[in-house]
Amino acid sequence: MDLILVNIIDGLVYGLLLFMLSAGLTLIFSMMGVLNFAHASFYMLGAYFAYQISQTMGFWPGLLIAPLVVGVMGALVERYGLRRVHQYGHVPELIFTFGLALLIEELVQFFWGTNQMAYETPEILQFAAFSIGANSVSAYKVFMIFASISIFLALLYVLTRTRVGMVIQAALSYPKTVEALGHNVPLVFMGVFGVGTALAGVAGVIAGPQLGTFPGMAILLGSIVFVTIVIGGLGSLWGALLASLLIGWLTTFAAASSFEFADILLALGMERPADMDDSILRDLWTLTLPQIGPILPYMLMVLILVVRPHGLMGKRGV
Amino acid sequence: MSDISQSAMKLPGITAANAAPWLIATLFLLVLPFIFSANSAITIMNQMAITIIFALAYNMLLGQGGMLSFGHAVYLGAGGFMCMHIMNYVEDYSLPLPLPLLPLFGGIFGLGLATIVGAFSTRSAGTVFAMISLGIGELLAACSIIIVAFFGGEEGIPGDRTYGLPFFGVEFLQQIEVYYLIIFWLVLSALLMFLFSRTPAGRMANAVRDNPERAEFLGYSARRVRYISFCASGFFAGIAGGLLAINLEILTGEDLGLLLSGEILLITFLGGVGFFFGPIIGAIVFTLLKTVLGLETELWQLYVGALFVATVMYFPGGFAGVLMMHAPSAKLGKLKLLVVPYIKTLVPAFFAVMGAAGFFEIMFHMRHAAVGEEEMTIFWTTFNSHSVLPTAVTIGVTVVGFWLAKRSAPDMAAAWHASITPNKPAGASAGERPADSQAQGGGS
Repeated sequence: MDLILVNIIDGLVYGLLLFMLSAGLTLIFSMMGVLNFAHASFYMLGAYFAYQISQTMGFWPGLLIAPLVVGVMGALVERYGLRRVHQYGHVPELIFTFGLALLIEELVQFFWGTNQMAYETPEILQFAAFSIGANSVSAYKVFMIFASISIFLALLYVLTRTRVGMVIQAALSYPKTVEALGHNVPLVFMGVFGVGTALAGVAGVIAGPQLGTFPGMAILLGSIVFVTIVIGGLGSLWGALLASLLIGWLTTFAAASSFEFADILLALGMERPADMDDSILRDLWTLTLPQIGPILPYMLMVLILVVRPHGLMGKRGV
Repeated sequence: MSDISQSAMKLPGITAANAAPWLIATLFLLVLPFIFSANSAITIMNQMAITIIFALAYNMLLGQGGMLSFGHAVYLGAGGFMCMHIMNYVEDYSLPLPLPLLPLFGGIFGLGLATIVGAFSTRSAGTVFAMISLGIGELLAACSIIIVAFFGGEEGIPGDRTYGLPFFGVEFLQQIEVYYLIIFWLVLSALLMFLFSRTPAGRMANAVRDNPERAEFLGYSARRVRYISFCASGFFAGIAGGLLAINLEILTGEDLGLLLSGEILLITFLGGVGFFFGPIIGAIVFTLLKTVLGLETELWQLYVGALFVATVMYFPGGFAGVLMMHAPSAKLGKLKLLVVPYIKTLVPAFFAVMGAAGFFEIMFHMRHAAVGEEEMTIFWTTFNSHSVLPTAVTIGVTVVGFWLAKRSAPDMAAAWHASITPNKPAGASAGERPADSQAQGGGS
């Protein structure tokens, strides 16, 4: 029971982290129709910038400054990169962001090398907030949960309760009409792209100390974020939240379980072969659930795309 | 799409004009090992030839069918691993299967996998297709570690290509023998892929790429057309995989991983997706960059990445697109008009790029060289990387070169416009920028 509770909290932390990335990505997609392959790269940049800032000024200024820098970079990328490529169509846009992801990874290696950075959680949060049975939950995890939830609430407030949010929502569905009403839609696009990447930057600042700050962190999370927004339904904020939590819990529970596929085979009445090397089902006998945990989201995505291309809560197909 | 294709449409059957490039290319490939006879050169050429097949197969999707795949290495890997198993099986049971036929089985297995995956992934092109391909790519890449019986886990599956009896006296012990085997398959598959693009199915793939709705109104199922292209592409990717198995004699999970999938996208796009020969140029340039530039500098991936992003932004037609921009000038016999403006712009631009590269190298050396080691050598010059002068020189060269190139760029554009305009109506149309007209080359 204790273990389940701990897993629920871990899955929540991971899921909310995914949500911070997927929220920006799904907003950007529904505005411009382009899946930003480099989204996780901005997350990585956030972590690295925050690390660099934390070297001189500590953790908290980094939490504020790094996302701003990342957001400005994202806006510049939209203004001078994506907008240029947009005329060629959606596939070149996707290829452009793919190239950007490669380039950012190389640049990060250029400046910071290939080793993991010593980016630490702030000292003020280095204690156990509470413990469940024998497992203590660190204060930093609690901080992560609260930070992500407050960002989600702020985003929801801006999108549904403010004038800017109204314009954004209108521009999502009818960009031409909104432009005709006198709003600067390209500026809205740039702003949304900037805010989306800044959100990814925040996620990087917060996750950097927890998951490690290294050049592979973008790839590690990047494709999972894609999976999340596809499962949730492209363009749907609630869908992104649902899918993020789903994937967070799915992978956490799979990683923590001790389920073996041999149990199924035994239940089917098969006998464990004496010499594993001769058996054709050798891999099935030795397979465990934690091993296939990381690929469960991809299986889910392929399944969703085949069965329900709209995703869980999306209104339109991809 | 291009002039070449139209002329091929007009002239049914084989003519000297459309067979000549193939014969010249084949002859060139046959004599190539006599020019570059070093073993390392042949290794590079083998790698290059396999990459060409793979890139051409990939371009059947991206260029001709408009389907962006992020996981095409899966079909290469599947074919390769199957060939490896057949190779080991044939050796164990001494079956009479000559090695040169082996890639065919790789192709069949790639085709088989493509028929399964394509059945649901080709329903639409664009983002859905890209996402499914990414998902399948991740799935199989992960499976390569889990399913040890087929993929060999982290050690991979080794094989021995010298199994069995010699094939007409050839044992395939040496790289050069493998080279001829590979170029046999290269020419054969390239020809087949070219002919496929000339069949009704290949033509319909272009139509569906450009306007699926209209194709559907004409009575073609867009999904079916994509499916056919997809299966054919899987087949040729499988052949490339079989050749890879023969060439390397060991395959690991990397040979179907996402890194390779990304690389082939990069290669194909760099070469140019709008023309059949684009991916060939891309494969040659990329392999050379990887091997030659990779020896010179640790930063080669950074340069390739920058080149890729610049290509997507400014030359969406790739190398082939840039080359074919000059076809009209060549036809009008006005190429010589371009020489002086090109030298005026491209030489400073070259120096600007070299200066920037030098600056990056110095920065990299300062940040990452061992402590106390301050000497470095680039461009045949040895100097202290911590002193100010070299950095200043590189910055100066970059800025001056960039400024000169930028100043003469409008002249170059004007010269290009003049060169593609027939003489009769005097004065070139100055409204169109070259970047826009290049976009016509990148048809995807």
